[in-house]
Amino acid sequence: MSLLILWLSLLWITEIRMSKGVAITGMGIISAIGNNVEENYNSLIQKNDGISQIKKIDTVHASHIKVGEINYSDNELISLLKIPENNNYSRTALLAEMACKEAVKNANITNINECRTGIISATSVGGMDKTEQYYESILTNAAQQKYIEAHNAGDATKKLARSLGIKDFVTTISTACSSSANAIMLGARLIKAGKLDRVIVGGADCLSKFTINGFNTLMILSEENCKPFDASRNGLNLGEAAAYLVLESEAIVEKSKKKVLAYVTGYANANDAFHQTASSEEGIGATLAMEKALSVASLMPKDIDYINAHGTATPNNDMSESRALINVFKEEIPSFSSTKAYTGHTLAAAAAIEAVYSVLAIQNNVVFPNLNFKEAIPTTNLIPVVEVIQKQLHHVLSNSFGFGGNCSTIIFSKTAL
Amino acid sequence: MKTCYINGMGCVSAQESTNFETLLDLFKELKEPVVKVHKPTYKAYIKPAMIRRMASGVKNSVVAANIALKEADLSNPDAIITGTGMGCLIDSEKFLKKLIENKEAFLTPTSFIQSTHNTVGGQIALALKCNAYNMTYVHNATSFEIALIDALLMIQEGEESVLVGGVDELGDYTTELYRLLGQIKEEKSLSNGILKSNSIGTVFSEGASFFALGNKKSKNSYAKLIDVQIIDTCTQEEIAKKATSFLATNNLTVAEIDVVVLGINGDKDFQDFYSGFQQTLFKNTQQLYYKHLSGEYNTASAFGLWMAANICKTKSIPAVTKLNNKPENGIKKVLLYNQFRGENHSFTLIESC
Repeated sequence: MSLLILWLSLLWITEIRMSKGVAITGMGIISAIGNNVEENYNSLIQKNDGISQIKKIDTVHASHIKVGEINYSDNELISLLKIPENNNYSRTALLAEMACKEAVKNANITNINECRTGIISATSVGGMDKTEQYYESILTNAAQQKYIEAHNAGDATKKLARSLGIKDFVTTISTACSSSANAIMLGARLIKAGKLDRVIVGGADCLSKFTINGFNTLMILSEENCKPFDASRNGLNLGEAAAYLVLESEAIVEKSKKKVLAYVTGYANANDAFHQTASSEEGIGATLAMEKALSVASLMPKDIDYINAHGTATPNNDMSESRALINVFKEEIPSFSSTKAYTGHTLAAAAAIEAVYSVLAIQNNVVFPNLNFKEAIPTTNLIPVVEVIQKQLHHVLSNSFGFGGNCSTIIFSKTAL
Repeated sequence: MKTCYINGMGCVSAQESTNFETLLDLFKELKEPVVKVHKPTYKAYIKPAMIRRMASGVKNSVVAANIALKEADLSNPDAIITGTGMGCLIDSEKFLKKLIENKEAFLTPTSFIQSTHNTVGGQIALALKCNAYNMTYVHNATSFEIALIDALLMIQEGEESVLVGGVDELGDYTTELYRLLGQIKEEKSLSNGILKSNSIGTVFSEGASFFALGNKKSKNSYAKLIDVQIIDTCTQEEIAKKATSFLATNNLTVAEIDVVVLGINGDKDFQDFYSGFQQTLFKNTQQLYYKHLSGEYNTASAFGLWMAANICKTKSIPAVTKLNNKPENGIKKVLLYNQFRGENHSFTLIESC
């Protein structure tokens, strides 16, 4: 009996000792506004967007749509990464390597296998850039056939795992434009459950003719710089990017005494179950995702200091997300902005780059502006932050929504709660 | 630890696996290098207008998910988790082909919309009006196993039910590419079955298997899902050790495993991973295989789990699946091991209930 009481009280102590947050100890990013974390931050506070005409893709749409393209060519990335010339890297995999390398370095990891380390990466296009480039010639050109196995979504993750020396827990997520939010969520859950001690989470997507034309057929690409949450918004700019975060358990952080950048304290994934591509007018999935994430973090809506919105600047998304924000936050909508006007919509990488931005916001107590906004949507009347503002940030909520009704929300906090 | 039960399951495969009355005993070894699914009666599960619009993988998944949910008497799961190695190949290829052939003109959005990897999960959620957690894993031959890991975690976190499945479909262009790489066998080497094919490559196929998992046992329960592990890369020397340590974490020894189900696909270049288990670690265990019935695809291991769970419930092992013959001692604990081309190893442990 006394043993049972002892055991129960031990359980109770463990329960209260277990903090809600999972530590972020490193991050890396490459996007149209910078090749590393510092460059991205500088562009954000200087209001420098990365939107321009397409330079690197041979497409008939080059003259009339704008994108967030990364300046480096594939060959430049290959040489920067010191990858042997005879490789089968897709651009997605190259971008992933760039960002992942920075994240691991930033987390001061010297021996990746000193603890149970996993990697979870997200993508939607995978190696489509090479597949579309060699579509016909690959059937007869033996030298190009190395790219056949670079097409699948798991290939970039496999390459990251090989470069880092991770052998066991390696996986890939693809839930369209919410993909890397789900990578962060799974990583945090696995650490909380004690299944892993450390996990590198994030995502990468390069621009491709496939996605440019796909979004073009949906008529949701803008010919101008996109205008999230503006009454006259007329579509999105596609972008390419990669970003990764290093998540570590409390025990590892304590042991290594390393600096924690911020914590993942809340997360949720819900489905809109409305339409394969469009969001419900009332923002059902988005509302559920935000509410569930708040509940996981044990936070109230009023505790959120800044929202990095999904804000793609399509008429449908911004309306639906605005409704969802009102559903959750009622009259007291926190400071919010979409950073899509800086980077373009980077699809499966979007939630990961915006996770980096959320952490930067917390670290620097700064809210990044929503570029190109002039006039609020009349029915919802929400006004995003349009200038860089300094304010104490404890909790930042980041939204990511995708085709297939996938809606995810992650909450980042300054302390573990 | 909460217990996770397989309370319902549905499977569309190269065999007639959706027919309730079909006995596993009647399954026939595939003798062609590329085999499409045995089409179920789609109209019994999907509206006619939708049947035309949906690609094979989505349709097969909807059918398999429907059967699984019905068996488990479940209408609104707490999570829908899908694994798919290659995703919606048919629509991806369709959009890509038109894009290239028409030089980016005259494109329509339908196949693009249906090309994303999460189409299956999204369509099932739409059909069920299910707002719950919805996830899609796309990591080659462990796509299904990571979906299972997530599902188990969901049950541990307190959810009551999870719909989890694995699906892949054949795409003509992709099949052609993999033929070029020598990953598909030639027909002549298949006349005596994959075990005697003595050649590289395998039989390419497709399928969808879905499972309704729950934290409560029901009268329909097939088995308990105990644990799943993925190992992305591993040498032949290491794999036996990985197997014993996986069992050890579940307080089991090799001798306590009644049946081992191996993902043998007849590719002689990567057979050694299985041969080690057959000849050494599990030499005294009843060994089964299934890819001669299902063919190989990134989520073929979901067919393996479907078969293993059936065997757990019926307590009878179809002769066509046996690699050896051991006296039956009751079927309680079943271990599945799979790998593809020496990568993406996985262990799945189930137990009869």
